[in-house]
Amino acid sequence: MNLTIDIEEKVSQVIMTLAGEIDIYTAPKLKDKLNELVSSKNADVIVDLQGVSYMDSTGLGTFVSGLKHAEDSESKLKLIGANERLLRLFQVTGLDDVIDVSSAEEGDLNG
Amino acid sequence: MEKELKVYAELLQRYIATLDERFLYRAEQISNVFIKNDILPAELIRIHIEAMKQVNIEVSEETSYAMDFLLEAMIAYGVAHQNYNLIKEEQLMLKNEIKIAANMQAEFLKTKVPESNSFDIGVISMPYSQMNGDYFHFIANGNGKLGVAIADVVGKGVPAALSMSMIKYSLDSVHESNYKPRKILKQLNRVVEQNVASNMFITMFYAEFDPDKDLLTYASAGHEPGFFYDAKTAEFSEIKAEGLVLGVLDHTDYTEYYKEMHSGDLVILLTDGVTECKYNDRFITREEVLEVIKKYMYLSPENHVAAVYNHFANLKEFELKDDFTLIILKKK
Repeated sequence: MNLTIDIEEKVSQVIMTLAGEIDIYTAPKLKDKLNELVSSKNADVIVDLQGVSYMDSTGLGTFVSGLKHAEDSESKLKLIGANERLLRLFQVTGLDDVIDVSSAEEGDLNG
Repeated sequence: MEKELKVYAELLQRYIATLDERFLYRAEQISNVFIKNDILPAELIRIHIEAMKQVNIEVSEETSYAMDFLLEAMIAYGVAHQNYNLIKEEQLMLKNEIKIAANMQAEFLKTKVPESNSFDIGVISMPYSQMNGDYFHFIANGNGKLGVAIADVVGKGVPAALSMSMIKYSLDSVHESNYKPRKILKQLNRVVEQNVASNMFITMFYAEFDPDKDLLTYASAGHEPGFFYDAKTAEFSEIKAEGLVLGVLDHTDYTEYYKEMHSGDLVILLTDGVTECKYNDRFITREEVLEVIKKYMYLSPENHVAAVYNHFANLKEFELKDDFTLIILKKK
């Protein structure tokens, strides 16, 4: 089970591109990196999930944690490029109402 | 050590005399005995040096020094071996402790499947590892009402199981007048939000049946949707109920939904472990789960849930990825 985390820092935005699986084994690494990024004051973090083939509830928990940290430091967190299965997870859990998440089709970095 | 030396020297002598491979095999076997008797690698070399002397093998002075050198070089391996044994012991101890904790947890979370005048009830809950992070609970009120809860916590194993105890105690502390699905979820949400780590949450579905009105009232906190079966139309439908998982926002309200229940109707509740099963390296879809549920519908709920689980468990290449809980209620 592998997850690669690629971070690209732009002037006013950070884009985190993920590829692989987010599960109980890979989530801790992601949680540390994501919380670090969103904990900078007023950060604008975009997580691109296009390369994520699988995610379980541990992965959802990582983004919930990221959201809470972002709120504490008045940062923005946005998830883009979620595939159908991932999007369904956010919808079933009601998390799509509190986390800004969009599908692969809707995903638009300038949007 | 004397005994080991005697056996070893004898074997060595016979091997040198015959060069018969069977004695090499015996040497391999004897090393297993040495490991069992905690003979460390350096001690084995000492035995070897002593045995060479005993069977009068000519050893030059250099070879003798070289053997002493080898003996020293093997000492760290002995320490590693001792550490390995220690880890093995600790592992066994931990395993036992988890086993005790798992038994305690099973005892804490035990819920009696009630005798109900309204429903026949079947439940199966299989943990992924020793401790179960899924939870179900029944509340049979004096007034004939029946409450049913099913919950799933992020992750699995010990942390998940510990969080679940919180749900059990909170449910126990709810006053009977507050057994309304939305009130229960609202109250539990507050407890979970205040007490769990930022990356934890719990999904939960709660339903209450009122036999006077034949009405099921239910609400969901982001729980994997179950299914209704309508006996009159012989059709299944997904239980649609929206609501945020427990533990994310401190003030969350839940919507109640209603469904009239008639004789033969089913309420099917499950956790995402059921749809997170892997078969032939792919996930089993909800449609497939529903097909299997349909296949065994002729059984009583108690046998029905067992048949569905066994169907999957008996598949070759089947892999349980998470705790698996299935509840079926059949309206009498």
